[in-house]
Amino acid sequence: MELHDLQLIARRERERRRRIRIHCCTSSGCLASQGLEIQKRLEAAVAEAGLEGEVEVVGVGCIGSCGQGPMVEIAPEGTLYEYVRPEDADAIVAAINGGECSVQRGDPLRPFFTRQFPIVRKNAGKIDPERIEEYIAAGGYRSLYRAINEMTPAEVIDEITRSGLRGRGGAGYPTGLKWSTVAKSRGERKYVVCNGDEGDPGAFMDRSVLESDPHLVLEGMCIAAYAIGADQGYIYVRGEYPFAIQRLQKAINQAKKFGLLGSQIFDSTFDFRVDIRVGAGAFVCGEETALLASIEGRRGQPRPRPPYPAESGLWGKPTLINNVETFANIASIIEHGPDWYASIGTETSRGTKVFALTGKIHNTGLIEVPMGITLREIVHQLGGGGHSGSEVKAVQTGGPSGGCIPASLFDTPVDYESLAQVGSIMGSGGMVVMDNSTNMVELAKFYMEFCKDESCGKCVPCRVGTVQIHRLLEKITAGQGSQADIDQLQELCQLLRNTSLCGLGQSAPNPVMSTLKYFTEEYEHLIER
Amino acid sequence: MAAKTLLINGTMVSAREGETILEAARDAGVKIPTLCHLDGLSDVGACRLCLVEVGGRLRPACTTTVSEGMDVHTHTDALKAYRRQIIELLFAERGHVCAVCVASGHCELQDMAVTLGMDHVRYAYLAPTCSVDISHERFGLDHNRCILCSRCVRACDEVEGVHTWDIAGRGTSARVITDMNQPWGESETCTACGKCLLACPTGALFKRGATVAEMEHAPARIAMIVESRRVRG
Ligand SMILES: Cc1cc2nc3c(=O)[nH]c(=O)nc-3n(C[C@H](O)[C@H](O)[C@H](O)COP(=O)(O)O)c2cc1C
Ligand code: SF4
Ligand code: SF4
Ligand code: FES
Repeated sequence: MELHDLQLIARRERERRRRIRIHCCTSSGCLASQGLEIQKRLEAAVAEAGLEGEVEVVGVGCIGSCGQGPMVEIAPEGTLYEYVRPEDADAIVAAINGGECSVQRGDPLRPFFTRQFPIVRKNAGKIDPERIEEYIAAGGYRSLYRAINEMTPAEVIDEITRSGLRGRGGAGYPTGLKWSTVAKSRGERKYVVCNGDEGDPGAFMDRSVLESDPHLVLEGMCIAAYAIGADQGYIYVRGEYPFAIQRLQKAINQAKKFGLLGSQIFDSTFDFRVDIRVGAGAFVCGEETALLASIEGRRGQPRPRPPYPAESGLWGKPTLINNVETFANIASIIEHGPDWYASIGTETSRGTKVFALTGKIHNTGLIEVPMGITLREIVHQLGGGGHSGSEVKAVQTGGPSGGCIPASLFDTPVDYESLAQVGSIMGSGGMVVMDNSTNMVELAKFYMEFCKDESCGKCVPCRVGTVQIHRLLEKITAGQGSQADIDQLQELCQLLRNTSLCGLGQSAPNPVMSTLKYFTEEYEHLIER
Repeated sequence: MAAKTLLINGTMVSAREGETILEAARDAGVKIPTLCHLDGLSDVGACRLCLVEVGGRLRPACTTTVSEGMDVHTHTDALKAYRRQIIELLFAERGHVCAVCVASGHCELQDMAVTLGMDHVRYAYLAPTCSVDISHERFGLDHNRCILCSRCVRACDEVEGVHTWDIAGRGTSARVITDMNQPWGESETCTACGKCLLACPTGALFKRGATVAEMEHAPARIAMIVESRRVRG
């Protein structure tokens, strides 16, 4: 494989394409509501109308407005159809030639779409994720070519560092710094690991990236491997994502066949293989040391750091571990340069972030927005405000590890530091919206129940503390609590935060502490009764 | 091997490079409470009792190695309060009824409660129903008294070399198991060497036939075995 081979594949693919493409979402959300059946019926309708020479039906990744799904888009003109049913196929095809069609239309010019800034999701909803040719036609694997042929590993790391990219798995650790640490660590072998465990309730960003554009993640991993000197990679995907796993495996097979993974990539001396490892449904296996233990075939349990995986990871070897979305940013940074990337977002938080908007909000779905956007803009402009006009009360970012941010603080910009300042975290991108019908103490209880069930049980504060906190919340919501219970709640929260071994226990108190801070009256109301 | 100088509770102390804070403190005569640590076994940092303050942050003394100029505080008021909370949480977790326990008087959990000045438990007793396994002809396991320190797991794996023990389940439902969670007596790997009994800090692992307060553990023997093996090379 050479650069001109890539260009040839891209040209052939463009020549193959029909003038009109009917994009039919086949990502998990739409798939669950007959996405595949719709695709089949559309194909039949095109054949019946004799339009095969002009129109093609393409199964694409997530278009974004999952709440209005199943979604169908007519490209390139941009007509969007919402809530499509299989029996609408004929009408949709007829409408291409000016026929009548009563299927509900979406407005591609509403803020939900126009306020977005797609980098990670640049191909999502536009290409068929199961065909590497489409990815290549969209410019794919050119950054990998550039990295291997025109840049030294140190130059790649320098570009990532200068881009300001920070880890999208939650903690926001500078990606370039992590890469250079692994590059400098000594080891006869090094590994690249992609964290696709995504266990937060309400989060589905990484699933959608893997389902919509698996090659983007593979290309990012491959560039990382070149930069740090690894020849083996693993993608750890949670078992609850069978469809993402299937697409990823297909993508790996295709990339191997095209000589973009495996030995002597682009006829260089660089080799890189990728294997999938499937998680077995434990939230804690998203924590990096537990994830590595799980790949090694041991019990998925965190261990104290240091040593960090960068020095001693998989089988004791230096290991780079990044989140799915982090890897999905890499190709674009190499393509457009670090200065371009650094110009998006804020001083400390560069680039964009993908969020999964869920809960009591009008537009549920996936969005990718530049950092620095305010919560108000996300909730009210992109999200269209509360569900059926109800008043939005708060948002929870970061899932069970994050905090609840009240509507009065919605002018907070979305960046790592500002969200931490108001008692939450950026997290991996779950954004759950609450309206006035949500009881905040119940919400805190829900998240604590999750943490109690997902605690690995290794360290005492988290293993027993989460159970005790959950009990106190049960007592309070049952109207049997007292001020002494709230005091004990606070004392236990401090214990967990300060003494737990891993991030799960350390951040488990966040939902309780933030609701206690911003919605004190809801707790007081319950203990007064 | 290079020496490191550090401050422990304001006193200058020297330590060997690669030593843990726990070892350095012990050499300096400072006793840091521990439960999951056992000399001779690897450290896991699980019980969190040995947390100390290093430059304003809490670190487990058993897994943190010393570095030059480190400023360590081992007994601040906050640490003492956390340790008491932790030991209370352990007592509330399962059925620790000392009055009927074979290990009473020889139990590290009991001793720790005394050392830390725990006079009552402020948390709700979770009182789970835990099973007792007396399928082994010489030994028994009472889950009611297990604190999940994993010392048995490590002694069996690292010293005896058979890895009969492991932990199954999550959170407070986690339990020590033998082999693939079959009764201990049916384990195909157990050599009945008794090292897990030596290592266990509580009355969870006991010799069959022992009655209240009769069961003595000998955790120090684990370190002796490891050391004598090392000397013989
Ligand atoms: C309990 C827990 C769960 C986690 N789950 C995930 C996850 O599902 N996906 C992820 O990328 N990172 C997760 N993390 C963070 C990882 O430990 C790690 O920091 C991250 O994968 C590093 O990648 P990044 O630098 O690209 O963000 C989790 C951390 C904790 C403590
Ligand atoms: S904090 Fe919780 S999940 Fe993390 S090691 Fe401790 S018990 Fe396990
Ligand atoms: S049986 Fe004893 S040694 Fe094993 S985990 Fe339980 S308390 Fe620790
Ligand atoms: S002795 Fe260090 S954490 Fe238990």
